[in-house]
Parts: sequence; C-alpha cells; structure tokens
Amino acid sequence: MRSRELRLIGTAVILACVPWVVHAQTFGFGRPPTPEEIKGVFPSAAPDGTGLPPGRGTAKDGAAVYAQKCAACHGPNGTGTALHRGLIPLGNAKPVKLEESLVPYATTVWDFINRAMPWTTPGTLTPDEAYAVTAYVLYLNKIVGEADVLDATTLPKVRMPHRDNFIPAQPGWTPGERRRLGNYPARQ
Amino acid sequence: MGSHSSSDRRRFLTSGGALAAFVMGAIRSVRGQTPAPAPYEPQGLLAYGQPSKFASTVVRRTTARPTAITDTALMTPLQDLDGIITPSGLHFLMDHTNGIPDIDPRTHRLMLHGMVDRPLTFTMDEIRRFPSVSRIHFLECNANSRPLRGPNRESVQLIHGRTSCSEWTGVLLSVLLKECGVQSKATWVIAEGGETNKYTMSIPLAKALDDTIVAYAQNGEPIRPHQGFPLRLIAPGWEAIRAVKWLNRIHVVDKPYATWHEAGNNADTAADGKGLWYRFELGPKAVITRPSGGMRVPGPGFHEITGLAWTGGTLVRRVDVSTDGGKTYQEAQLQQPVLRHAHTRFRFPWKWNGEECVIQARCTDDRGEVQPTIEEAARIFNTTVDYFYQADHFNGIQPWRVARDGSVTNAIAGA
Repeated sequence: MRSRELRLIGTAVILACVPWVVHAQTFGFGRPPTPEEIKGVFPSAAPDGTGLPPGRGTAKDGAAVYAQKCAACHGPNGTGTALHRGLIPLGNAKPVKLEESLVPYATTVWDFINRAMPWTTPGTLTPDEAYAVTAYVLYLNKIVGEADVLDATTLPKVRMPHRDNFIPAQPGWTPGERRRLGNYPARQ
Repeated sequence: MGSHSSSDRRRFLTSGGALAAFVMGAIRSVRGQTPAPAPYEPQGLLAYGQPSKFASTVVRRTTARPTAITDTALMTPLQDLDGIITPSGLHFLMDHTNGIPDIDPRTHRLMLHGMVDRPLTFTMDEIRRFPSVSRIHFLECNANSRPLRGPNRESVQLIHGRTSCSEWTGVLLSVLLKECGVQSKATWVIAEGGETNKYTMSIPLAKALDDTIVAYAQNGEPIRPHQGFPLRLIAPGWEAIRAVKWLNRIHVVDKPYATWHEAGNNADTAADGKGLWYRFELGPKAVITRPSGGMRVPGPGFHEITGLAWTGGTLVRRVDVSTDGGKTYQEAQLQQPVLRHAHTRFRFPWKWNGEECVIQARCTDDRGEVQPTIEEAARIFNTTVDYFYQADHFNGIQPWRVARDGSVTNAIAGA
C-alpha cells in the first residue's frame, strides 16, 4: 500500500513538473524574413546546380580576372607562391597523393571562389567573373576547354576526375550510428 | 584624565564635523544641487582577472608563422592544464577566415529558411528567450594528433592540442527547427558563418534534431570572438569543422552541398586512394599529458600519470595505462562524472624505477571501440604507419619514451 501511495504521489509530482512547452506548438519568437532578406541571402550551390545564379563565363574570360585578382597569392597560372598553395591539382589530396583534383564537384569549386575569394575582398566577384574564374581554374587543371561556357546549366555537368571515387556520404546517418572509418573491432 | 578629555573633545568635534558635513551633503544631494559621486568601477585586472605573471608560459602555441592569408592554427597547452575544462582563452583555434570578426550582437541575426513551413529570423535577445541547455563537450579538429607534428615531434600540445573542452550554453537547434516547422522531405541543413569568407558546412538533419546546440556562451560567459561570438554551432562528438562559428544562417535542404571545407579542403584519401568525406564522428582517444614529450621526470619514485580521454562514440568507458610499451595495461582512474562527448580526466599512480620505459594510454568507449596502436591501425586499414602521418581522424595510441635521465620523447613509429 505504502509503495503504491508513493508511486501515485511520484506520478503526480512528475505530471506537475511537465513543462508547459511540451504542449505548446511554438514559442512565437522571431519574425518571418522579408522577401528582400531571403533574396539577399548569399548564394550557395548544391552539386546538382541548385542555387546557382544567372551569369556565364569561359576560361578565356577568366584568365584576365585571375591575373588581376588571384595571381598575387596563387601565382601565375595557378602554380602557387610563398603566400599560398597552387591550384593544380585542386583540393588537398593526402595522405595518398593524386595526380588529378580530388574535389568531387565543379559546384564545390565555384561556391568557394564565389563566397570566399578573393581572400581579402570576398564576395566581390560579379556572377560572370565567378563563372569565368571557375572556368579558368578548371581549365588549368585540364578539366574544361578554354572556350567552354560555364553557367548555371553547364557547371553542374562538368565531370570532375574523381567524381565517383569517393566513399559515399552518409545521408542516412541516424543518432548512435557508428563511424564508417576507424570502426575498429572491439578486443576481448 | 585631562589629556584624555582634550583628545575626546577633539574626536567629538571631528566626528561632529563629519556628521554635519554628511547631513549637509545628504540635504544638498536630495535637493539635486551636487551630483552623487560616481560609483566605483574596478579597472583592468580587477574588472577581468588574468593569470599570474608566473604562469605566463601556459599559452597556445603553433607550428608555423602565419602570413596574411594563411589559416590560423593555435594549439591548447594540454600538458599545463588540469581537470577537464579548457579555459576559454586557451581553446584551440583553426580558422579559415580573413581575420576574426567581432560582431555586434544587437545587429546579429540568425535566419532559418529553406524546406520549412515558417522561415524565421531571430535576434540574439530572441534566441536567449528559448529554453536553454548547458552541456560540457569537447571540440576536436579532424586534423588533430598528426603523430610527427612540430619541430621536435615531441610536444603533446603541438601533436594533440587541437582538442579543447568547454561548457557550452545555448538553445538546441531542434527547438529552433521545430519553431520553423521542418518539412518532411528535408534531410540536411547547411550552416553558414557570418564572417567575410562565409564558411559553410552540411549537417544531416538527424544530427541537427538530435543534440546540436546553437551556443551563445562558453564556460559561463559570452563566447569569445575567436570562438564565434555571438553565436556558433556545437555538433557534439563530431569533427569540429562542423561547429560553424559566427553562425547566421541555417538553410534546410534535401541533400548535402559538398562545400569546400567538407569536399575540398578537408577531403582526405583512404589508403587505396579513394576520397574520404562526411566522416563526422571522432574515434576514441586517450593521451597522457603528464609526463609527456619535452618534459623531464625528476627522478625515480612516485609520479602521477595523468591525461585526457574522449570519444565521438559518446562515453569513455575505461582508460588503460601501460608503462612497458603496451605489453601490459592496467586500468586508470576516471575523474567523475564521466560526461557524454566530453574530455575525461584519467589518473594513474606510477612508481618509476629509473629505467628506460615507454608509457602510453588506451581508450575504450561505451560501444566497445578500442583505440589502436599506429601499427594496429595500419593493419586494419591495410596500409603502412606513415599513412597516418598526414591522415585526418587519426586516433592511434601515443607512446612516450622516458629515458634514464628522465627526459620524455615521442616514441611513435618513425619519430
């Protein structure tokens, strides 16, 4: 009897402590962004091209932009300087070095150039300049031709050399799932 | 008596005069004729304390001189710290930005948009109105523990100091996402920083809805500018490249965006040359911080071996210490409480006999995953030990050699 009473009291206490928020749909904080704010969001590109802005450029156009805005750090023709590494190949393939760029998508290259370059004045490239410089950097890596036009349609179709050479991402990751790498067998 | 009465009278006169001045002052101030004296404000070290000048060597260090455009990489002095909390000013830094912003919180906004029913923008005041959590979590760089890092390849700070542990306070990202109503087809979020170079990272929605924190405080005070003031993400147990600083946007989407810092800069190659990315969770790791490389054991006799262990696999279950190069291990004492995704302090009493030996620690987490030696890791991945000299996510055992003169050096293969 005594323990049943205690259980009842315990249940009542727990119920009394359930915060009201459990029942609340939302808190009602914040405000909807204005259409201008949504439109002003800095563009991000997904591998399939979602988010790419209008504009176009070729490696030929990009060479001039590169010489003016990129060569000081990355060297003439992407060969690198004491200040920063070169751009051939693209990416950071290690410990196993690769001859060709490891970066899987051309959108990855465009997105980083567009948002983070030039390093000291990022976000200042026009859409045409960003496409053109991307084309030039890919041209230096022998991935596109000098006259190939890159835009929102053609950029996602550029075939990067190691595109299919990645251990797939884990879109189905669920909480508690073990890591794919370093999943060492337990010892007895 | 006479002299007494004379001094008493003087005292009375003085205090009477003081009382009269006080009364007059009070009357004047009530009438507003003279302003009240300004309240005392402590200045400098009294306003915000700093360590002793004799502790001036307890500082972050780096391996390279930064140039105007290179990344910042500063390592935590693990060998000098005790307990599990890293002081905020000693938290490691690894930034990919041109300068550290100091963002005015009055103008800072966090926008959540994309595949949600109600896109919302929050001020910092609004974010602080949500129910809060405070949790102690480590952050570890995916490039931590390069076995030969540093000019002498010997300091625990330069090799393993890209890990730090803080109490983070903020609102769970799940609360903000529920406020916006995430649509059923959404599977990922893209987090963006508000610094000039706009760092971006893809995070699976499941992690965002699980234990990810939108944090505004570190160790009880506002997060410091170098750590993302006024707002950053914490993805507990995951490589710290996911912990986006200066957070100002969460874009809810249905695919990972393969951003530069996950598919370019931090993409790695497996031993067979295949690309590695989206690795998320860090492995179990324990490292002896004292005695460690560059130190000198003063002589035979009792010494406490101590260090830190942590795992992305949630809880450290046990740490074993070997003083014979891994031939035998004994269980170390874990500082309680052991917390999820937090540094765990271990201690091990050791009586050194003065002979050369190798000391090392091994972590086992609550999923039964055991930290390997570099040789075991090489066998598991069918490669050679030198593969790990440049590999990310390396969590091999760190052996330290204690010579007969007490000097401690890195004893890992190849050092």
